[in-house]
Amino acid sequence: MKLLTLNFLTCAIKTCKSTPASFPLHPRDAELEIAETDLNLAFLKSILARLLWPELRTICSEFGLPTLPESRPEPADLVDPDSSEGEEESPSQTARDLHRVLLETCMREGKLVCGNCGHEYAVKEGVANFLLPAHLV
Amino acid sequence: MLPTPSTTHVCFDRVYEPAEDSYLLLDTLSSPSEISFLHNRFPAPSTNDAHADSPAPLVLEVGVGSGVVLAFVAANAHTLFGRNDVLTLGTDLNRYACDAAAQTVRHAVTAPASSVNLDIVIADLATAIRPRSVDVFIFNPPYVPDELPDFSRHETYNTTTTMGKSAAFERDSYLLRLSYAGGEEGMVVTNRMLEQIPEILSSRGVGYLLLCAQNKPEEVKKTIRAWAPGWMAETVGTSGKKAGWEKLQIVRIWRDDTC
Repeated sequence: MKLLTLNFLTCAIKTCKSTPASFPLHPRDAELEIAETDLNLAFLKSILARLLWPELRTICSEFGLPTLPESRPEPADLVDPDSSEGEEESPSQTARDLHRVLLETCMREGKLVCGNCGHEYAVKEGVANFLLPAHLV
Repeated sequence: MLPTPSTTHVCFDRVYEPAEDSYLLLDTLSSPSEISFLHNRFPAPSTNDAHADSPAPLVLEVGVGSGVVLAFVAANAHTLFGRNDVLTLGTDLNRYACDAAAQTVRHAVTAPASSVNLDIVIADLATAIRPRSVDVFIFNPPYVPDELPDFSRHETYNTTTTMGKSAAFERDSYLLRLSYAGGEEGMVVTNRMLEQIPEILSSRGVGYLLLCAQNKPEEVKKTIRAWAPGWMAETVGTSGKKAGWEKLQIVRIWRDDTC
């Protein structure tokens, strides 16, 4: 499961959703792997505004990944300033780092824990399972 | 016509096989009127500054099954949206469907890609999706008026890979029943999903819901329009006309804040 996916997931328990503590879900005993993909600069620029930045920084540090910059980069920060005019823009180091974290870093095994109720969701072979036992539905 | 994603790798003993309903979704999403609606709703950012006003749209399909619909959107994102930054995400109760759909999307999306598929997660409808994050919601529900299966062995069926022949047969029948049986009037699962829609859709969000005639689509649309001022529901695709009755239809659900 890609780290970017965690930007869109929350605890499945209804009463948790209204509390800020249910997002983000916190990784525990996580095994990560890298799956390389092509960098799409236009896509990265476009996704910036969708990222809940402080929460993303929290997840990264909980995974033990390199710290993200304190404030969210702007689309212009993703373009290499040395890109020569008239040519296709090339990605900056910030863009490459972000691509690595969001799209290439995947959670293979482990648990995702709700900060509100403490429920643990298992991630196995890269697939997260958000089904609840009957008594919690 | 846009190509239909291949699902030849999918085991249809326990994952819903693409049928008339799936194809109606593909045809509706790629119809000129829906393409125009999606282009207007999600205009491609033309400058760096415009990204914040129209960021990458997130497409969520609930109950992906073989993944044929999500893969179609992912593979044809540029045609459908006029942009190259579409995010796709899927859920299904059935673990085998999640694996199959992930593969269907992977096969269908060829470089240079106009979309990024996040993941297919095992979940009950959209319960694990962050509120107000979904821009395009797609649901081909279990709509047949038929008894819901007994969920008590769901986890065992999802996690056990080796079992005897008769147990495996029971598991497969259970998983297929999940994909089509919708309880009373075929609406039990759809009604649960409708309750979640106002919560998960973003302010620019739009939903595509498939219904059959027994689901009483006119009543469903009335219910949606009564949620709050501004909620709209219109039939935007039909198939299987029989004496003036549409057997299947796609209802588009969205909010028009100018109302």
